Amino acid sequence: MAHIELKNIRKSFGLVDVIKGVDLEIFSGEFMVFVGPSGCGKSTLLRLMAGLEDITSGEMSFDGTLVNALAPSRRGIAMVFQSYALYPHMTVYENMAFGMQLAKSSKEAIQERVEKAAELLQITPYLSRLPKQLSGGQRQRVAIGRAIVRDPKVFLFDEPLSNLDAALRVATRLEIAKLHHAMNSATMVYVTHDQVEAMTLADRICVLRDGLVEQVGTPLELYENPQSLFVAGFIGSPKMNFLNGEIASKFGANTIGIRSEHIEIADRDGSWKGKVVHSESLGSDSFVYVDIGMSGDPVIVRQEGTRHHNPDDAISIAPIPGKIYRFDAAGKPLKH
Amino acid sequence: MTLDLWTITKRTAFYALVVFIVFVAVFPFYYAILTSFKSGTDLFRVTYWPVSFSWDNYISVLSTGSFPRNLLNSVFVASVTVLAALFLAITASFALSRVRFRGRSLLLMTILAVSMFPQIAVLAGLFEVIRFLGIYNTPWALIFSYTIFTLPFTVWVLTTFMRDLPIEIEEAAIVDGATPWIIIWRVFLPLLWPALVTTGLLAFIAAWNEFLFALTFTSSNATRTVPVAIALLSGGSQYEIPWGNIMAASVIVTVPLVVLVLIFQRKIISGLTAGGVKG
Repeated sequence: MAHIELKNIRKSFGLVDVIKGVDLEIFSGEFMVFVGPSGCGKSTLLRLMAGLEDITSGEMSFDGTLVNALAPSRRGIAMVFQSYALYPHMTVYENMAFGMQLAKSSKEAIQERVEKAAELLQITPYLSRLPKQLSGGQRQRVAIGRAIVRDPKVFLFDEPLSNLDAALRVATRLEIAKLHHAMNSATMVYVTHDQVEAMTLADRICVLRDGLVEQVGTPLELYENPQSLFVAGFIGSPKMNFLNGEIASKFGANTIGIRSEHIEIADRDGSWKGKVVHSESLGSDSFVYVDIGMSGDPVIVRQEGTRHHNPDDAISIAPIPGKIYRFDAAGKPLKH
Repeated sequence: MTLDLWTITKRTAFYALVVFIVFVAVFPFYYAILTSFKSGTDLFRVTYWPVSFSWDNYISVLSTGSFPRNLLNSVFVASVTVLAALFLAITASFALSRVRFRGRSLLLMTILAVSMFPQIAVLAGLFEVIRFLGIYNTPWALIFSYTIFTLPFTVWVLTTFMRDLPIEIEEAAIVDGATPWIIIWRVFLPLLWPALVTTGLLAFIAAWNEFLFALTFTSSNATRTVPVAIALLSGGSQYEIPWGNIMAASVIVTVPLVVLVLIFQRKIISGLTAGGVKG
């Protein structure tokens, strides 16, 4: 349980500014996800919170206490690394107990906490094994267990699922979501470049771009009210369709954005004519890629169920009125 | 068919070469063992198979003179040298591989440069230092000088190994509240065993075999190490070289090294870090 406040945080490595003045508030017990393209500074920001990097300027406080100069172990944080970072020569039990041992806790207390965490994560059978005898998913659970044992006020996750295969990623994502419910007093900060993880896990998402906060909000706020072209394009899968030029000017904007589910295949007034480039059927829904004679990416249209379209077929698509996002030349949204 | 002939020729030539190399490497030692079991005038008869067998030379070298004492000196000097060198090298390599500071690579190059000086070039200067420190003619003089000459190598090898240890493991330990001291001894050291065994063994062998410093920095029979003691073994008169004793002593000093290498080669295994990070 910690209320985290970042005030004008900056971080430079030599002459390179990585974090360029971040103001952010993370509420107690909240699940905050940092998301952004690679190199946007999200991992660096997390490491600043962990204390693994020094803050160049600005103030960071946990529950009102300035932590800028506090050692990582004194901040009440625990971190889960992308590469698990388990101690290879220690058993699962020793890995999880190491932090408490260093803190000189009693043997009984350590055992109780480790066993409780192991049970929560269903790794009890592996407690006496070495990390190399575990699969990737089990290792990451051990790493999460090691974090739980520390009983931190803040959990920091640095892309914890990136090394897992797709099925395991979904399963572990669920574990983390359950963990958040089970420990609803702990604040969690989670870094990912995968916007699906961000959307599914977050209470609030912080979209970062080039070392600056682009937008902070709940997943649906970001999805429905993106405050910039960047956020609109980053959140949502498939990516929002952007059209500019003549089509956009008709709507009085420099660029218009429309999500794939907000386009119908229909021939009506104001529809766009084009031809099918490619179509994908995923079973529950289908995506059609349509070239409407614009430069850039084809427009993606989502349809429910299985539909098939042959390449080069002529097609006519129309946006659902009122579902169009309009942006000005600076990439800021225009009021409706 | 011609291809098979060619393969056979190649293989034969390869094994002939192997046999030749093994022969050149092992024969002197084999002959030393053979000679060490001979006695009297048998010593000067060239034979390639054991013809007579007696422990006389061993008994004589171990019971007369200061050879047992020299053996103990060697064990002490080599062991302490290894411990001192490894301790300094582990702590130094942690700093050199993990702590960012100005002039780090310059320092690494300087350390390497130290090992480029031939022993004889620093002998006089080192002699003065040892006299100044008041450790002349003690085992500490040898430990001091051997450690100096072993460190560049040990530091370099351990720095390279430590640099390859995943940084995340160290960071995880930092988050767990480990000080650099704990990181070195409880996290890194267990992962560095293969490197420690390798460098420790080489340092031990170097200290065990060293002759020039041992000859220069000690002056009495009681403080000499084995290589010097063997060289100075003398017979009944100035014209008699006690080959039997020399060979027995040579075998005695070689056996510990062979045993050490055999024991530790099993420890020199890779993959100790497996499982800690991805992969």
